[in-house]
Amino acid sequence: MRLIIQKYLYGDYGDGHAGGLEKASNQDQQKEWPLWEVFIRSKQGLDHKHAGSLHAADAIMALENARDVYTRRNEGMSIWVVESKHIHASDPDAAAEFFEPANDKIYRHPSFYDLPDSLKHM
Amino acid sequence: MEQTTNQLQEQFQQRVDEEQKIEPRDWMPEKYRQTLIRQISQHAHSEIIGMLPEGNWITRAPSLRRKAILLAKVQDEAGHGLYLYSAAETLGISRDEMYEQLHSGKAKYSSIFNYPTLSWADMGAIGWLVDGAAILNQIPLCRPSFGPYARAMVRVCKEESFHQRQGFECLLQLSKGSEVQRQMCQDAINRWWWPSLMMFGPKDDESPNSKLSMQWKIKRFTNDELRQKFVDMIAEQIKLLGMVLPDPDLKWNEQTKHYDYGAINWEEFKQVIQGNGPCNKERLEARKKAWADGAWVRDAATAHAAKQANKKAKANSLTKETQQP
Ligand SMILES: [Fe+2]
Ligand SMILES: [Fe+2]
Repeated sequence: MRLIIQKYLYGDYGDGHAGGLEKASNQDQQKEWPLWEVFIRSKQGLDHKHAGSLHAADAIMALENARDVYTRRNEGMSIWVVESKHIHASDPDAAAEFFEPANDKIYRHPSFYDLPDSLKHM
Repeated sequence: MEQTTNQLQEQFQQRVDEEQKIEPRDWMPEKYRQTLIRQISQHAHSEIIGMLPEGNWITRAPSLRRKAILLAKVQDEAGHGLYLYSAAETLGISRDEMYEQLHSGKAKYSSIFNYPTLSWADMGAIGWLVDGAAILNQIPLCRPSFGPYARAMVRVCKEESFHQRQGFECLLQLSKGSEVQRQMCQDAINRWWWPSLMMFGPKDDESPNSKLSMQWKIKRFTNDELRQKFVDMIAEQIKLLGMVLPDPDLKWNEQTKHYDYGAINWEEFKQVIQGNGPCNKERLEARKKAWADGAWVRDAATAHAAKQANKKAKANSLTKETQQP
Protein backbone atom coordinates (compact mmCIF):
# COMPACT_ATOMS: atom_id res chain seq x y z
CA MET A 1 0.00 0.00 0.00
CA ARG A 2 1.23 3.46 -0.80
CA LEU A 3 1.50 6.00 1.88
CA ILE A 4 -0.19 9.26 1.12
CA ILE A 5 1.04 12.23 3.07
CA GLN A 6 -1.24 15.17 3.20
CA LYS A 7 0.87 17.47 5.27
CA TYR A 8 2.97 20.23 3.76
CA LEU A 9 6.20 18.99 2.30
CA TYR A 10 8.49 20.85 -0.04
CA GLY A 11 6.86 21.16 -3.40
CA ASP A 12 3.62 19.69 -2.16
CA TYR A 13 1.79 22.96 -2.14
CA GLY A 14 -0.95 22.87 -4.72
CA ASP A 15 -3.31 25.73 -5.45
CA GLY A 16 -5.86 24.12 -3.18
CA HIS A 17 -3.63 24.56 -0.17
CA ALA A 18 -3.88 27.76 1.75
CA GLY A 19 -0.64 28.96 3.28
CA GLY A 20 -0.12 30.74 6.54
CA LEU A 21 -1.99 34.02 6.30
CA GLU A 22 -5.15 32.57 4.85
CA LYS A 23 -5.02 30.05 7.63
CA ALA A 24 -4.42 32.61 10.33
CA SER A 25 -7.74 34.26 9.64
CA ASN A 26 -9.28 30.89 10.35
CA GLN A 27 -9.80 31.52 14.07
CA ASP A 28 -8.90 28.37 15.97
CA GLN A 29 -6.66 27.07 13.18
CA GLN A 30 -2.95 27.17 13.88
CA LYS A 31 -1.50 30.66 13.80
CA GLU A 32 1.81 29.71 12.26
CA TRP A 33 3.47 32.23 9.97
CA PRO A 34 3.76 30.98 6.40
CA LEU A 35 6.76 28.97 5.30
CA TRP A 36 9.23 30.55 2.87
CA GLU A 37 11.98 29.01 0.78
CA VAL A 38 15.27 30.90 0.78
CA PHE A 39 17.64 31.15 -2.20
CA ILE A 40 21.04 32.76 -1.85
CA ARG A 41 23.54 34.09 -4.37
CA SER A 42 26.87 33.57 -2.68
CA LYS A 43 28.75 35.85 -5.05
CA GLN A 44 28.21 37.95 -8.11
CA GLY A 45 28.07 35.79 -11.22
CA LEU A 46 26.71 32.68 -9.52
CA ASP A 47 23.16 31.35 -9.46
CA HIS A 48 20.89 31.71 -6.47
CA LYS A 49 20.88 28.38 -4.69
CA HIS A 50 18.31 26.91 -2.32
CA ALA A 51 19.57 27.36 1.23
CA GLY A 52 16.64 26.22 3.35
CA SER A 53 13.37 27.55 4.66
CA LEU A 54 11.94 29.66 7.44
CA HIS A 55 8.73 31.13 8.77
CA ALA A 56 7.86 34.81 8.44
CA ALA A 57 4.73 36.94 8.42
CA ASP A 58 5.55 38.69 5.14
CA ALA A 59 8.22 39.03 2.46
CA ILE A 60 10.18 41.79 4.20
CA MET A 61 10.40 39.79 7.38
CA ALA A 62 11.31 36.69 5.39
CA LEU A 63 14.23 38.55 3.78
CA GLU A 64 15.47 39.91 7.10
CA ASN A 65 15.15 36.55 8.81
CA ALA A 66 16.90 34.86 5.90
CA ARG A 67 19.79 37.28 6.30
CA ASP A 68 20.05 36.49 10.02
CA VAL A 69 19.58 32.74 9.71
CA TYR A 70 21.49 31.93 6.52
CA THR A 71 24.11 34.65 6.01
CA ARG A 72 25.78 35.29 9.37
CA ARG A 73 29.19 34.70 7.80
CA ASN A 74 28.96 36.49 4.48
CA GLU A 75 27.44 33.50 2.72
CA GLY A 76 25.47 35.72 0.43
CA MET A 77 25.17 39.04 -1.35
CA SER A 78 21.65 38.56 -2.68
CA ILE A 79 18.62 36.72 -1.32
CA TRP A 80 15.40 35.53 -2.91
CA VAL A 81 12.48 34.35 -0.83
CA VAL A 82 9.35 32.71 -2.13
CA GLU A 83 6.42 31.42 -0.18
CA SER A 84 6.70 27.63 -0.20
CA LYS A 85 3.13 27.20 -1.35
CA HIS A 86 4.07 28.73 -4.69
CA ILE A 87 6.62 26.04 -5.50
CA HIS A 88 5.46 23.34 -7.86
CA ALA A 89 7.53 20.20 -8.03
CA SER A 90 7.77 17.17 -10.27
CA ASP A 91 6.55 13.96 -8.75
CA PRO A 92 9.41 11.77 -7.47
CA ASP A 93 7.33 8.63 -7.99
CA ALA A 94 6.92 9.50 -11.65
CA ALA A 95 10.55 10.49 -12.10
CA ALA A 96 11.37 7.45 -14.22
CA GLU A 97 8.76 8.22 -16.90
CA PHE A 98 9.13 11.97 -16.58
CA PHE A 99 12.84 12.04 -17.33
CA GLU A 100 12.87 8.97 -19.56
CA PRO A 101 12.92 10.78 -22.95
CA ALA A 102 16.38 12.15 -22.17
CA ASN A 103 17.78 8.73 -21.41
CA ASP A 104 17.97 7.10 -24.83
CA LYS A 105 19.30 10.11 -26.73
CA ILE A 106 22.93 9.38 -26.15
CA TYR A 107 23.78 11.07 -29.47
CA ARG A 108 23.31 14.36 -27.63
CA HIS A 109 26.63 13.79 -25.91
CA PRO A 110 29.95 14.46 -27.64
CA SER A 111 31.31 11.11 -26.46
CA PHE A 112 28.80 9.32 -28.75
CA TYR A 113 30.91 10.10 -31.80
CA ASP A 114 33.85 7.84 -32.55
CA LEU A 115 36.39 9.90 -34.46
CA PRO A 116 40.06 9.29 -35.36
CA ASP A 117 42.64 10.37 -32.80
CA SER A 118 44.45 12.33 -35.48
CA LEU A 119 41.57 14.77 -35.63
CA LYS A 120 42.71 17.83 -33.67
CA HIS A 121 40.96 20.75 -32.04
CA MET A 122 37.55 19.09 -31.74
CA MET B 1 0.93 -1.16 -10.80
CA GLU B 2 0.61 -1.28 -7.05
CA GLN B 3 3.85 -2.13 -5.31
CA THR B 4 3.82 -3.99 -2.07
CA THR B 5 5.22 -2.43 1.07
CA ASN B 6 7.86 -5.12 1.10
CA GLN B 7 9.11 -4.17 -2.33
CA LEU B 8 9.16 -0.50 -1.44
CA GLN B 9 10.96 -1.31 1.76
CA GLU B 10 13.57 -3.29 -0.14
CA GLN B 11 14.10 -0.54 -2.69
CA PHE B 12 14.38 1.97 0.11
CA GLN B 13 17.03 -0.02 1.97
CA GLN B 14 18.93 -0.59 -1.23
CA ARG B 15 19.08 3.14 -1.88
CA VAL B 16 20.27 3.75 1.65
CA ASP B 17 22.91 1.03 1.33
CA GLU B 18 24.16 2.66 -1.87
CA GLU B 19 24.53 5.94 0.04
CA GLN B 20 21.84 7.61 -2.02
CA LYS B 21 19.98 10.36 -0.18
CA ILE B 22 16.32 10.07 0.67
CA GLU B 23 14.38 13.27 -0.05
CA PRO B 24 11.16 14.40 1.69
CA ARG B 25 8.68 13.24 -0.94
CA ASP B 26 10.32 9.87 -1.60
CA TRP B 27 8.73 6.76 -0.18
CA MET B 28 10.08 5.90 3.25
CA PRO B 29 9.05 3.47 5.98
CA GLU B 30 6.76 5.14 8.48
CA LYS B 31 9.10 4.21 11.31
CA TYR B 32 12.00 5.91 9.50
CA ARG B 33 9.92 9.07 9.23
CA GLN B 34 8.93 8.97 12.89
CA THR B 35 12.45 8.20 14.09
CA LEU B 36 13.83 11.09 12.06
CA ILE B 37 11.17 13.50 13.28
CA ARG B 38 12.03 12.54 16.84
CA GLN B 39 15.77 12.73 16.34
CA ILE B 40 15.84 16.00 14.37
CA SER B 41 13.30 17.81 16.55
CA GLN B 42 15.07 16.73 19.74
CA HIS B 43 18.26 18.04 18.25
CA ALA B 44 16.54 21.33 17.38
CA HIS B 45 15.09 21.61 20.89
CA SER B 46 18.58 21.06 22.33
CA GLU B 47 19.97 23.95 20.30
CA ILE B 48 17.17 26.25 21.46
CA ILE B 49 17.26 25.24 25.14
CA GLY B 50 21.05 25.28 24.88
CA MET B 51 20.92 29.06 24.51
CA LEU B 52 19.61 29.48 28.04
CA PRO B 53 22.60 28.44 30.19
CA GLU B 54 24.93 30.63 28.11
CA GLY B 55 22.50 33.49 27.60
CA ASN B 56 22.67 33.71 31.37
CA TRP B 57 26.20 35.19 31.13
CA ILE B 58 25.93 37.58 28.18
CA THR B 59 25.29 40.64 30.33
CA ARG B 60 28.06 39.66 32.74
CA ALA B 61 30.81 38.80 30.28
CA PRO B 62 34.13 40.14 31.60
CA SER B 63 34.99 42.18 28.51
CA LEU B 64 33.41 43.60 25.39
CA ARG B 65 35.35 41.08 23.31
CA ARG B 66 34.00 38.18 25.34
CA LYS B 67 30.51 39.58 25.21
CA ALA B 68 30.57 39.88 21.43
CA ILE B 69 31.90 36.31 21.12
CA LEU B 70 29.30 34.85 23.46
CA LEU B 71 26.52 36.76 21.74
CA ALA B 72 27.62 35.42 18.35
CA LYS B 73 27.79 31.88 19.70
CA VAL B 74 24.34 31.99 21.25
CA GLN B 75 22.97 33.47 18.02
CA ASP B 76 24.54 30.56 16.11
CA GLU B 77 22.75 28.10 18.38
CA ALA B 78 19.46 29.80 17.54
CA GLY B 79 20.36 29.40 13.88
CA HIS B 80 21.12 25.70 14.39
CA GLY B 81 17.72 25.22 15.97
CA LEU B 82 16.08 26.93 13.00
CA TYR B 83 17.95 24.89 10.35
CA LEU B 84 16.92 21.72 12.13
CA TYR B 85 13.28 22.65 12.70
CA SER B 86 13.04 23.36 8.96
CA ALA B 87 14.55 19.98 8.14
CA ALA B 88 12.06 18.24 10.45
CA GLU B 89 9.16 20.13 8.87
CA THR B 90 9.90 18.52 5.50
CA LEU B 91 8.83 15.24 7.11
CA GLY B 92 5.32 16.52 7.68
CA ILE B 93 5.30 17.89 11.22
CA SER B 94 4.55 21.58 11.80
CA ARG B 95 6.74 23.97 13.76
CA ASP B 96 3.94 24.59 16.24
CA GLU B 97 3.49 20.87 16.84
CA MET B 98 7.16 20.57 17.67
CA TYR B 99 7.04 23.54 20.05
CA GLU B 100 3.99 22.02 21.67
CA GLN B 101 5.87 18.75 22.21
CA LEU B 102 8.77 20.62 23.78
CA HIS B 103 6.59 22.76 26.02
CA SER B 104 4.45 19.87 27.23
CA GLY B 105 7.53 17.85 28.12
CA LYS B 106 6.67 15.16 25.58
CA ALA B 107 9.81 15.86 23.56
CA LYS B 108 13.22 15.65 25.20
CA TYR B 109 16.31 17.76 24.69
CA SER B 110 19.93 17.07 25.59
CA SER B 111 20.20 16.53 29.35
CA ILE B 112 23.39 18.60 29.55
CA PHE B 113 21.41 21.84 29.47
CA ASN B 114 19.75 21.02 32.76
CA TYR B 115 22.93 21.86 34.65
CA PRO B 116 23.48 25.40 36.00
CA THR B 117 26.15 27.84 34.80
CA LEU B 118 27.62 29.05 38.08
CA SER B 119 30.70 31.00 37.03
CA TRP B 120 32.19 32.70 33.99
CA ALA B 121 34.54 29.74 33.55
CA ASP B 122 31.47 27.65 32.71
CA MET B 123 31.29 29.53 29.39
CA GLY B 124 34.72 28.18 28.58
CA ALA B 125 33.95 24.68 29.80
CA ILE B 126 30.72 24.53 27.80
CA GLY B 127 32.42 25.64 24.60
CA TRP B 128 35.30 23.22 25.01
CA LEU B 129 33.52 20.17 26.47
CA VAL B 130 29.84 20.47 25.56
CA ASP B 131 30.32 21.84 22.06
CA GLY B 132 33.29 19.49 21.72
CA ALA B 133 31.11 16.49 22.50
CA ALA B 134 28.37 17.85 20.26
CA ILE B 135 30.82 18.15 17.36
CA LEU B 136 31.85 14.50 17.65
CA ASN B 137 28.19 13.51 17.68
CA GLN B 138 27.39 15.81 14.77
CA ILE B 139 30.17 15.19 12.27
CA PRO B 140 28.85 11.73 11.26
CA LEU B 141 25.39 13.31 11.01
CA CYS B 142 26.58 15.45 8.10
CA ARG B 143 26.02 12.39 5.91
CA PRO B 144 22.88 10.73 7.16
CA SER B 145 20.57 9.13 4.59
CA PHE B 146 17.99 11.93 4.80
CA GLY B 147 18.86 14.86 2.52
CA PRO B 148 17.45 17.88 4.39
CA TYR B 149 18.99 16.65 7.65
CA ALA B 150 22.37 16.24 5.97
CA ARG B 151 22.25 19.73 4.49
CA ALA B 152 21.25 21.31 7.81
CA MET B 153 24.03 19.45 9.62
CA VAL B 154 26.69 20.58 7.16
CA ARG B 155 25.86 24.17 8.13
CA VAL B 156 25.79 23.34 11.82
CA CYS B 157 29.17 21.61 11.74
CA LYS B 158 30.80 24.46 9.85
CA GLU B 159 29.77 26.85 12.61
CA GLU B 160 30.56 24.65 15.59
CA SER B 161 34.31 24.78 15.33
CA PHE B 162 34.46 28.40 16.46
CA HIS B 163 32.33 27.46 19.47
CA GLN B 164 34.83 24.94 20.71
CA ARG B 165 37.84 27.10 19.97
CA GLN B 166 36.49 30.15 21.80
CA GLY B 167 35.70 27.92 24.80
CA PHE B 168 39.21 26.54 24.96
CA GLU B 169 40.70 30.00 24.54
CA CYS B 170 38.56 31.27 27.40
CA LEU B 171 39.82 28.49 29.70
CA LEU B 172 43.39 28.91 28.51
CA GLN B 173 43.29 32.53 29.56
CA LEU B 174 41.88 31.64 32.97
CA SER B 175 44.48 28.89 33.38
CA LYS B 176 47.22 31.50 33.02
CA GLY B 177 45.55 33.90 35.44
CA SER B 178 45.50 34.36 39.19
CA GLU B 179 45.08 31.54 41.69
CA VAL B 180 41.36 32.32 41.96
CA GLN B 181 40.96 32.22 38.20
CA ARG B 182 42.81 28.90 38.00
CA GLN B 183 40.51 27.47 40.65
CA MET B 184 37.49 28.73 38.77
CA CYS B 185 38.76 27.01 35.65
CA GLN B 186 39.34 23.67 37.42
CA ASP B 187 35.98 23.88 39.17
CA ALA B 188 34.13 24.38 35.89
CA ILE B 189 35.94 21.41 34.33
CA ASN B 190 35.08 19.28 37.37
CA ARG B 191 31.39 20.06 37.08
CA TRP B 192 31.05 19.70 33.27
CA TRP B 193 33.21 16.64 32.65
CA TRP B 194 30.82 13.85 33.65
CA PRO B 195 27.67 15.40 32.20
CA SER B 196 29.62 15.85 28.94
CA LEU B 197 30.41 12.13 28.85
CA MET B 198 26.72 11.41 29.29
CA MET B 199 25.94 13.46 26.17
CA PHE B 200 26.84 10.44 24.05
CA GLY B 201 23.88 8.56 25.48
CA PRO B 202 23.54 5.19 27.23
CA LYS B 203 26.10 2.42 26.87
CA ASP B 204 25.83 0.44 23.65
CA ASP B 205 24.22 -2.61 25.23
CA GLU B 206 21.50 -0.38 26.68
CA SER B 207 20.78 1.54 23.52
CA PRO B 208 18.04 -0.50 21.83
CA ASN B 209 17.26 1.81 18.90
CA SER B 210 20.82 1.99 17.72
CA LYS B 211 20.76 -1.03 15.43
CA LEU B 212 17.93 0.17 13.22
CA SER B 213 19.34 3.70 13.15
CA MET B 214 22.67 2.33 11.96
CA GLN B 215 20.94 0.28 9.27
CA TRP B 216 19.14 3.42 8.09
CA LYS B 217 22.35 5.44 8.23
CA ILE B 218 20.97 8.09 10.51
CA LYS B 219 23.59 6.99 13.00
CA ARG B 220 27.10 5.94 12.00
CA PHE B 221 29.03 5.23 15.18
CA THR B 222 27.89 3.74 18.45
CA ASN B 223 27.59 5.82 21.62
CA ASP B 224 30.60 4.16 23.25
CA GLU B 225 32.78 4.59 20.16
CA LEU B 226 32.13 8.31 20.10
CA ARG B 227 32.55 8.61 23.87
CA GLN B 228 35.96 6.96 23.69
CA LYS B 229 37.00 9.30 20.91
CA PHE B 230 36.00 12.24 23.09
CA VAL B 231 37.90 10.99 26.14
CA ASP B 232 41.05 10.44 24.06
CA MET B 233 40.79 13.92 22.60
CA ILE B 234 40.11 15.79 25.85
CA ALA B 235 42.63 13.84 27.94
CA GLU B 236 45.35 15.20 25.64
CA GLN B 237 44.00 18.73 25.25
CA ILE B 238 43.70 19.32 28.98
CA LYS B 239 47.46 19.06 29.34
CA LEU B 240 47.74 22.44 27.63
CA LEU B 241 45.56 23.94 30.35
CA GLY B 242 47.60 22.41 33.16
CA MET B 243 44.33 21.22 34.70
CA VAL B 244 43.10 17.71 35.51
CA LEU B 245 39.98 15.73 34.70
CA PRO B 246 37.99 14.69 37.79
CA ASP B 247 38.49 10.95 37.23
CA PRO B 248 41.06 9.01 39.29
CA ASP B 249 40.68 6.02 36.95
CA LEU B 250 41.62 7.95 33.85
CA LYS B 251 44.82 6.55 32.38
CA TRP B 252 46.45 5.68 29.08
CA ASN B 253 46.11 2.02 28.14
CA GLU B 254 49.15 0.88 26.15
CA GLN B 255 47.32 -2.20 24.86
CA THR B 256 44.16 -0.62 23.54
CA LYS B 257 45.90 2.64 22.63
CA HIS B 258 43.03 4.48 24.28
CA TYR B 259 42.42 6.15 27.62
CA ASP B 260 40.60 4.04 30.20
CA TYR B 261 38.07 5.99 32.23
CA GLY B 262 35.98 5.49 35.35
CA ALA B 263 32.35 4.43 35.68
CA ILE B 264 29.70 6.93 34.65
CA ASN B 265 26.88 7.60 37.11
CA TRP B 266 23.98 6.41 34.96
CA GLU B 267 21.52 6.90 37.78
CA GLU B 268 22.20 10.63 37.61
CA PHE B 269 21.71 10.53 33.84
CA LYS B 270 18.36 8.79 34.24
CA GLN B 271 17.23 11.28 36.87
CA VAL B 272 18.09 14.29 34.71
CA ILE B 273 16.35 12.77 31.67
CA GLN B 274 13.28 12.12 33.78
CA GLY B 275 13.09 15.78 34.73
CA ASN B 276 14.87 15.76 38.08
CA GLY B 277 18.08 17.53 37.07
CA PRO B 278 19.10 20.75 38.81
CA CYS B 279 17.54 23.07 36.20
CA ASN B 280 14.93 21.08 34.23
CA LYS B 281 12.03 23.08 35.60
CA GLU B 282 13.74 26.43 35.22
CA ARG B 283 14.73 25.77 31.59
CA LEU B 284 11.30 24.67 30.46
CA GLU B 285 9.67 27.51 32.33
CA ALA B 286 11.98 30.07 30.71
CA ARG B 287 11.25 28.60 27.29
CA LYS B 288 7.49 28.61 27.81
CA LYS B 289 7.58 32.16 29.13
CA ALA B 290 9.53 33.37 26.09
CA TRP B 291 6.97 31.71 23.82
CA ALA B 292 4.00 33.17 25.71
CA ASP B 293 5.54 36.64 26.00
CA GLY B 294 6.21 36.68 22.27
CA ALA B 295 2.62 35.85 21.34
CA TRP B 296 1.53 39.47 20.87
CA VAL B 297 4.53 40.13 18.62
CA ARG B 298 3.64 37.18 16.41
CA ASP B 299 0.00 38.26 16.28
CA ALA B 300 0.93 41.87 15.54
CA ALA B 301 3.21 40.82 12.68
CA THR B 302 0.47 38.65 11.22
CA ALA B 303 -2.05 41.49 11.49
CA HIS B 304 0.41 43.94 9.93
CA ALA B 305 1.12 41.59 7.03
CA ALA B 306 -2.60 41.11 6.40
CA LYS B 307 -3.17 44.87 6.48
CA GLN B 308 -0.35 45.54 4.03
CA ALA B 309 -1.59 42.80 1.69
CA ASN B 310 -5.06 44.30 1.85
CA LYS B 311 -3.81 47.80 1.07
CA LYS B 312 -1.86 46.50 -1.87
CA ALA B 313 -4.84 44.62 -3.23
CA LYS B 314 -7.00 47.73 -2.96
CA ALA B 315 -4.40 49.90 -4.66
CA ASN B 316 -4.14 47.35 -7.45
CA SER B 317 -7.84 47.23 -8.11
CA LEU B 318 -7.92 51.03 -8.03
CA THR B 319 -5.25 51.32 -10.74
CA LYS B 320 -7.13 48.76 -12.77
CA GLU B 321 -10.29 50.82 -12.53
CA THR B 322 -8.57 54.04 -13.55
CA GLN B 323 -6.91 52.24 -16.44
CA GLN B 324 -10.23 51.33 -17.84
CA PRO B 325 -11.11 53.34 -20.93
FE1 LIG C 1 24.82 24.18 17.97
FE1 LIG D 1 27.60 25.12 19.50
